[in-house]
Amino acid sequence: MALTPNPFPNPFSRLSTFFYRYPRLSLFLLLAPPLLWLGVVYLGSLFALLAQSFFRFDDFSGQVVREFSIGAYLQLFTAANLDIILRTTGMATAVTLAAALLAFPLAFYIARYATGRLRASLYLAVILPLWSSYLVRVYAWKLILAKEGIVSWTLASLGLQGALDWVLGLPVIGGPSLSFSFIGMFFVFLYIWLPYMILPIQAALERVPNSLLEASGDLGARPLQTFWNVTLPLAFPGVVAGSIFTFSLTLGDFIIPGTIGNSSFFIGMAVLQHQGTAGNFPLAAALTVAPMVIMGVYLLIARKLGAFDAL
Amino acid sequence: MTHATSPPSAVLHAVRFNHVSRHFGEVKAVDAVTLDIPEGEFFSMLGPSGSGKTTCLRLIAGFDQPTSGQIYLYGKNVSSLPPYERDVNTVFQDYALFPHMTVEENIAYGLMIKKVPKAERERRVEEMLELVRLPGLAGRKPSQLSGGQRQRVALARALINKPGVLLLDEPLGALDLKLRQQMQIELKSIQQQVGITFIFVTHDQEEALTMSDRLAVFNRGRIEQIGTPAEIYESPTTEFVAGFVGTSNLIRGEAAQTITGAPGMFSIRPEKIHLREADATIAAHECAAEGRIRDVVYLGMHTRYLVELNSGGDLTVVEQNLRTTSMDVLAAKGRRVRLVWERAHNRPISENSNQ
Repeated sequence: MALTPNPFPNPFSRLSTFFYRYPRLSLFLLLAPPLLWLGVVYLGSLFALLAQSFFRFDDFSGQVVREFSIGAYLQLFTAANLDIILRTTGMATAVTLAAALLAFPLAFYIARYATGRLRASLYLAVILPLWSSYLVRVYAWKLILAKEGIVSWTLASLGLQGALDWVLGLPVIGGPSLSFSFIGMFFVFLYIWLPYMILPIQAALERVPNSLLEASGDLGARPLQTFWNVTLPLAFPGVVAGSIFTFSLTLGDFIIPGTIGNSSFFIGMAVLQHQGTAGNFPLAAALTVAPMVIMGVYLLIARKLGAFDAL
Repeated sequence: MTHATSPPSAVLHAVRFNHVSRHFGEVKAVDAVTLDIPEGEFFSMLGPSGSGKTTCLRLIAGFDQPTSGQIYLYGKNVSSLPPYERDVNTVFQDYALFPHMTVEENIAYGLMIKKVPKAERERRVEEMLELVRLPGLAGRKPSQLSGGQRQRVALARALINKPGVLLLDEPLGALDLKLRQQMQIELKSIQQQVGITFIFVTHDQEEALTMSDRLAVFNRGRIEQIGTPAEIYESPTTEFVAGFVGTSNLIRGEAAQTITGAPGMFSIRPEKIHLREADATIAAHECAAEGRIRDVVYLGMHTRYLVELNSGGDLTVVEQNLRTTSMDVLAAKGRRVRLVWERAHNRPISENSNQ
């Protein structure tokens, strides 16, 4: 078939036609920069980290020896390091569970009931804290939770000093004051990561069509049964997405455990110390691999539980 | 105008509307509707979008509550009961299948909620799959089904509870023409098989005429006319019904006076009118109008003529292409003709219809 040639060929239309004819080339050109970034910078550094963790650290000279060794990983299982890993994982689990419980009702309300201005302001309220510096907010919490801080003062004024003392007197999670206890640290983690849990759950709930909830009720399910059988399973990928944020961010953080709490080590702090102060790169790298393995196991369990069935 | 064609009182009414209204602020989505639907009937609610038919369905299902009036299901006032306390199930327009459940789990949902033992659940799901002719698909997810198959699953899921009334909200709207026509026949036969009262909402008049025992034509939140398909088609009582169900010629004023000798508005169906030569004579039981063929549309099986009347206005005439070909009919354009039809086919239309 003869096509009438364009009487006014211009270089741009020729270029467009060229790319139109070779869609694979266009795709390649579009994807090359992000793939290069991902491949070299992202996966490359991850691979470098993995490689580092298999080097040997010479305690005597304080030098990294480039020989294959699983010494760093064996060191993870010493009582002190195991303690750090368990403490961090425990905190991350507690923060994730609490965040999910707090976030779900709010996300549910924003997604299914709030409209117009109320919805916009709730949304803003969720993301507003993310606009200010993370460090400022953590230090603000240190003051809020301090022995002379507003929380203690309010509780004391309400005559609840005894309750606070009792909580702080609990083994492990207690301490001399809220800002020097795991309980205080838990609250700060919860506050800092909560938006990362609310937003994915809200997005997941918004994707659930109303007709599904109506259908459930129509088939005889009471609201609570509809929630368990339809709403929650369909929103669960959102909960998992949110928990990936809260869990992994808690696992890797070193600012909050360094600022709030009784200076017990968390993974992030240990990595910082081994790498920065001690120069023990293999152990620091192995300590970083630990949360990645924990996350991997977590995601496998989530998949087994059917968390991604509704995707 | 609301016609309550009340069947004898011995018949148990599956659904009864008593002056039911549903207003959304200023908008009267449903306006003082009174309606009786006997048990076992295939009843259609026909109307354009925004006419109130879907709101009526949602009121029966319990997704919405009437602003005023009462709704009865089998004699029981359910006006303020939530959906899960009504013996009614719905086939949704978008099917609303649960995406995280298999076909089997979807169909068994109602039984699972009622805590029916697993063995019986499986047996009844099997029965339902048989009924909607989908055997062997129990393990699939809704996303792995075609539109027609989803529709059947939605139907099975709604029927498994053996509801007193089954509501269908434009369930065939998303299917292509062939599949839709096949499903129309199938739905009707399933309804006769299970004997459940079906209330079918549609904007497709052909669908309503094909399947229904009776239908109600909705317009602006009110029922214009209730009757059997033949009654609605043959004897429309309002201008709206005459225009919405099939095509109708409405003749009023001077033209009506010239043709019938009386000024009253009436309707005449295009297929009842015959084209004759301009000088043709007519019998006593016939009436006639003279005009010129302004436009011809050849539709294969039949031809639609638009005839400009000498007394003013246009008439649409449909004739089957029994002996004529496309060449013949297209050549007719511009010819002067006499339109003849039986006087008995004129349908008087009340002027004060609901506008």
